[in-house]
Amino acid sequence: MGTTIKATPEIFGHAENNFFNASSGWKSWAFTLDHKRIGIMYLIGVTTALFLAGVFALVLRSHLWIANSEMLTPAMYNQMFTLHGAVMVFAFIIPSIPAALGNMVLPMMLGAKDVAFPRLNLMSFYLWVIGTGCLLYAILAGYGLDTGWTFYTPYSIETESGVIYATAGAFVLGFSSIFTGINFLVTVNTMRLPGQGWFKLPLFIWSLYATAIIQILATPVLGITLLLLISERLMSIGIFDPRYGGDPVLFQHFFWFYSHPAVYIMILPAMGVISELIAVYSQKRIFGYSFIAFSSVAIALLGFLVWGHHLFTSGQSLVVTLIFSAITFSVAIPSAVKVFNWLATMYKGSILLATPMCYALSFIFLFGIGGLTGLFLGALSTDIHLHDTYFVVAHFHFVMVGGTLTALLGGLFHWWPKMFGRMYNDMLGRVGCFLVFTGFNLTFFPQFVMGSRGMPRRYATYDPEYQIFHQWSTIGAFLLGIGILLAFAVLVYAAFKGPKVGGNPFKAASLEWQSSSPPDFHNFLHKPVMTDPYDFDAMVYDEDLDTYIHREFADPAKVPPRVEPIHH
Amino acid sequence: MATADPQVHDEHEHGEFIAHHFDNAEQQYDSGKLGIWVFLVTEVLFFSGLFVAYTLYRSHHPEIFDQAHVFLDKWLGGLNTVVLLFSSLTMALGVRYAQLGKNKLVAFFVLITMVCAAVFIGVKAIEYSHKWDQGILVSSAFNYTTVHAVPATAIGKALHISDYLVYLSAIPAILLVGFLIAAVGFTVGGKKILGIFCGCMAITAGGYFLGVVGAQVYMNVTDGGVGGSHASQPILLYAQEDHAADDQAGAVDDHGDANEEHSADDHGSQASHGPDPTKFVRDIGIFFSIYYCMTGLHAFHIIGGIIALAWILWRSLLGQWRSDYFGPVDYVGLYWHLVDLIWIFLFPMLYLID
Amino acid sequence: MADHHDHTSFAHPVSVKLLVTVFVALILLTILTVVSAGQLPRPFGLWVAMGIATVKAALVMLFFMHMFWDKPFNIMAFMSSLLFASLFISMTLMDTGHYQDTIDQFPREPVAQPAAPAQP
Ligand code: HEM
Ligand SMILES: [Cu+2]
Repeated sequence: MGTTIKATPEIFGHAENNFFNASSGWKSWAFTLDHKRIGIMYLIGVTTALFLAGVFALVLRSHLWIANSEMLTPAMYNQMFTLHGAVMVFAFIIPSIPAALGNMVLPMMLGAKDVAFPRLNLMSFYLWVIGTGCLLYAILAGYGLDTGWTFYTPYSIETESGVIYATAGAFVLGFSSIFTGINFLVTVNTMRLPGQGWFKLPLFIWSLYATAIIQILATPVLGITLLLLISERLMSIGIFDPRYGGDPVLFQHFFWFYSHPAVYIMILPAMGVISELIAVYSQKRIFGYSFIAFSSVAIALLGFLVWGHHLFTSGQSLVVTLIFSAITFSVAIPSAVKVFNWLATMYKGSILLATPMCYALSFIFLFGIGGLTGLFLGALSTDIHLHDTYFVVAHFHFVMVGGTLTALLGGLFHWWPKMFGRMYNDMLGRVGCFLVFTGFNLTFFPQFVMGSRGMPRRYATYDPEYQIFHQWSTIGAFLLGIGILLAFAVLVYAAFKGPKVGGNPFKAASLEWQSSSPPDFHNFLHKPVMTDPYDFDAMVYDEDLDTYIHREFADPAKVPPRVEPIHH
Repeated sequence: MATADPQVHDEHEHGEFIAHHFDNAEQQYDSGKLGIWVFLVTEVLFFSGLFVAYTLYRSHHPEIFDQAHVFLDKWLGGLNTVVLLFSSLTMALGVRYAQLGKNKLVAFFVLITMVCAAVFIGVKAIEYSHKWDQGILVSSAFNYTTVHAVPATAIGKALHISDYLVYLSAIPAILLVGFLIAAVGFTVGGKKILGIFCGCMAITAGGYFLGVVGAQVYMNVTDGGVGGSHASQPILLYAQEDHAADDQAGAVDDHGDANEEHSADDHGSQASHGPDPTKFVRDIGIFFSIYYCMTGLHAFHIIGGIIALAWILWRSLLGQWRSDYFGPVDYVGLYWHLVDLIWIFLFPMLYLID
Repeated sequence: MADHHDHTSFAHPVSVKLLVTVFVALILLTILTVVSAGQLPRPFGLWVAMGIATVKAALVMLFFMHMFWDKPFNIMAFMSSLLFASLFISMTLMDTGHYQDTIDQFPREPVAQPAAPAQP
C-alpha cells in the first residue's frame, strides 16, 4: 500500500485490466453491483426500447404517407401510436440519460467507488426489465393498447384493450425511476470527495440531482394514479368514473402532476450533458456556473406548478387556468438562462467541432425551438387553437428528441472512450449527427406548419390538404432513423475495434477522466484528488500515456500513491 | 491537494459490516438514513393522491360523508389507533436498544411491534368482513342490506362467523400452523436460533387471531356480529340521520331524491334494522371506494412492515447490532413510524366525521 | 490508523422515560379526539380533529422518529413532501369545484339496488 509510483497506464492511461474483465461469466453481469456494468446493461436496454418504439414510429409515418391510407386499420393505428408513445416515454426517455449515462459517470464524478445503494441500483434495472416486459406484453398477448400514452379516463376505463398490463408496466417502471432518483440523491449528498463542495461539482451532477428531486417527488403520484386506474378497471371503484359520481378530469390532474415534472426528468439530465460538452469542447470555463446550477433546481421546483397547462381545454376553471398559464411562462426563464450561458461559454472559446460538440450545437438549436413553441402553447388564446394538433406533437418532439435524444447521443460520444477505452471514427460520427439533425428537422418542422393549420393529432386519416407535409415528415423520419442507426453503428464498432485511447483523450477536467479507460473495477486505482472540473488549463499532455493528465500528476513525486483495492 | 502521505490513503479499518464502497461506518449510516427519509417522502406522495381524492369529495359532497361514516365504528378504529401507537413506542424502544447494542432487548421489542401489527390486521379483518357481509363495497358494487349474510362455509357455520372472515384468516392460520411446526422442528433439530425465530413468527401470526377474537367479541357485545341481526351503528345512523336530514335539507336536495317520501311508513321497522337504503344520498358508495383504497393501501404497508420487521428480528437474534452498526433497525423503525403517522390522519378523517 | 471517528458519535439513544412520556401523551390525545368527535359545532369539529392529529404526528416525528436530533437536511427533505402534497391538494381542489355540476348531471349507472329492509 501507498508507495509512490509514476503515472502508469493502469492509473491514467488505457487499462488492459478493467471492469470488463474484472470478472466473467453471465452471472458476473446479471448479479453485478458495479454501477458501470449496470449502466451498460441499462444502455443496452434503453437502446432496445428506442429501436422498438422507433420501428413503431416508422410504421406510423409510412401509414400517413397518403391521406386515406389503409395500411393500418384505424384501431391498429391507435394501438401503434399508443405503444410508440408509451414505450418511448416510460421505457426509453425517462431512464435514458440518468440510468444509462448517469450510472456510468455520476459516482466517478464524485470520486466514489459506487453509488450509495448498489443493490437498489441493480433492482432498479430489473424493475425496468419487468416494467418494459409488462408494457410489451400488452401487445404480444394480443391485447393491444389504444388509450394514448396518457391513459385518460373515462376511455381507459371502457376500452377493451390491455390497459391493466400496460399500466402495471408503467407502475413498475415508475418505481425503477424512483430508485434511481433516491440512489443519486443520496450518493451526491454523502459520497462526495472530501473538499468537493457543492459548487465544485460538475454541472451534470447538479442536473442529475435536480432530476432526482423530481423523480422522488413526482413519480409516486404516477404510482397512485395508475393504481387507482387499475382498481377502476378491476372493480369500478368509481373515483374517476362519472357513472358512479367520480371525476374523470381528476385523472388528468393526477396524471399531469406527475407527467409535467416528468418532462423535466427528461430534459434536465440532457441539459447537464450539454453543459459538460459545451465547456469541454470550447476548452473554456463554463460561464455562469451558479446560474446554470440553480436554474436546474429552479426548473425542478417550478415544474411542479404548471401541470394545468395540459388541461386548458378540459373544462378547467378560468382562475386556475390563468394561474397555470402565468407560471408556465416563468418556467421558460431558467431554461433560457441556461441557453444564454452556453452561448456565452462558447464565445471566444477554442471550439472543437468533434462529434459530441456537433450534437451539443444541434441541441441548443432544437431545444430552443421546442422551448419557444412551448410558450405558444402556454398562452391561453393560442392553445385553444393549437391544442391536440400536430403543433403539440412537433413541440414535444423538438424537446424530447431534439433535446433529450440529441443530448444522449452527444453524451454517449463524449463518454464512450471512457467507458470502452476505444475511440470512434469522428468523421462518421459527424455524418451521423448531420443526418440526425436534418432528418429530425425534416420530420418535425412540417408538423408545426400543418398543426397550426389545424391538422389534429392521433388521427389515422386526414384531409388531402395536409398530405404534402405528411410526406416530408415521413421522408424525414426515415432519414432520422438512418442517422440514429449510423450513430449507434459507429459507437458499437468503436467499442470493439476502435483504436485504444488513454484515460482522458478530450482534455476534460472533471474527476471521471482522472481514471484509466476503461476504468478499473474500483473506478480509481489511486485516491482521486479533488480538482476543478472546469479548469482546462490545468490539464497537460503526457506523451508516455498519450493522454491528458492533471498537472499535479505530471511531477512523479506528486502522483498519488496507488491504493490496493480491498476485496471482501 | 495531492500529497504523497501514505497515511492519508490507508483504508479505514473495514469492519465486515461496512460495504466496500463506503469509507466508514458513519458515512454508511448517514447514507442509509437519508435514503430512508427520501423513501418516506415518496411514500407520503404516494398516499397524497388518496388524500386529494378524499379532500375533493368531502368538500364537494359533504352529504356523502355525513351519511356514510357511521358505518365505521370509531371504537374499533380507536382501538387500532392505540395498538399502532403502542407499536410505535415498542419500535422506538427497539431502536434505542439497538443503538446500545442490546440485541436481546431489540428482539423482544421488535417482536411486540410485530404482534401489534398483526393485531391491527386482525381488527381490520373483522371490520372488512362485516362490511362485505352487508354489501358495503366500492361504489359500483355497493349494495347495502341490513342483514348479514348467513355463513355458508363449514367453519363459518360452526363458529358463527362471516365467510369473508374465514377466507381472510386462511393465510394467517396457515402461517401460524406452519411456523409452529417449523419452530418445534428446528428446536428439536438443534437449530436453536431458527427455532426461536419461527416461534416468534408463530406468535406474530397468533397476534392476528388475538385481534380477530377481540374485535369479534366487541362486535357481539355491541350486537353487531352475525349473531345479532341488527348492527349497533346503523341504529346510531338512524338516530343521527333524522336530524342530519333537517339541517342538510338544502345540500342534499338535488341528489337525495328519495329522502323524504319513504321516511314516514318505513320508520317503525327500520329503527331496529338499520338505515333504509332508499334514503341514501346518491353516490354514497364513493365514500367506501375511498375508504377501501386508503385503508387497504395502509394495510398493505403494515404487512410490508411485518416482513421488514421479521428481517430485523432475525438479525437481532443473530446478535448483529452494535453501537456503530444499527442502521437497519433505525430505517425500518422510521418506516414503521410513517405507517403509524398515516393512520394518525386516516383515523379522524374516516372514523370521526361529525 | 488515526481514528477521528468516535464510533458511537452517530447513535443517540433516547431515554425510556421520554419515549414513554410521549406515548402517554399520544394516548391522551387519542382519547381526547375520540371523545370530542361529534361534540363540536360544524366546521370546528373537523379542525379540532385535524389539529389533534397534527400534534400527534408532530410528537411521533420529533421523538419517535428522532427528528429532534436529526440532521437539518433530513428534516427538510421530509418536510418538503408535505409541502408538495399540499400543493397537489390545494391546486386540484381549486379547480375541480368548477365543473361538479357537469358530473352531477351525468347519468348514473344503476348501482345500489337498495335491498328492502328485511322483516324479522
Ligand atoms: C420552455 C418550456 C416549455 C413550455 C412552456 C411548455 C409548454 C407546453 C404546453 C403548454 C403544452 C400543452 C399543449 C397542449 O396540449 O395543448 C405542452 C405539451 C407537451 N410538452 Fe411542453 N413545454 C415546455 C418544455 C417541454 C419539455 C422540456 C418537454 C420534454 C422534454 C416537454 C414535453 C411536452 C409534452 C410531452 C407535451 C404533450 C403531452 C401530450 O399531450 O401528449 N415540454 N408543453
Ligand atoms: Cu407540461
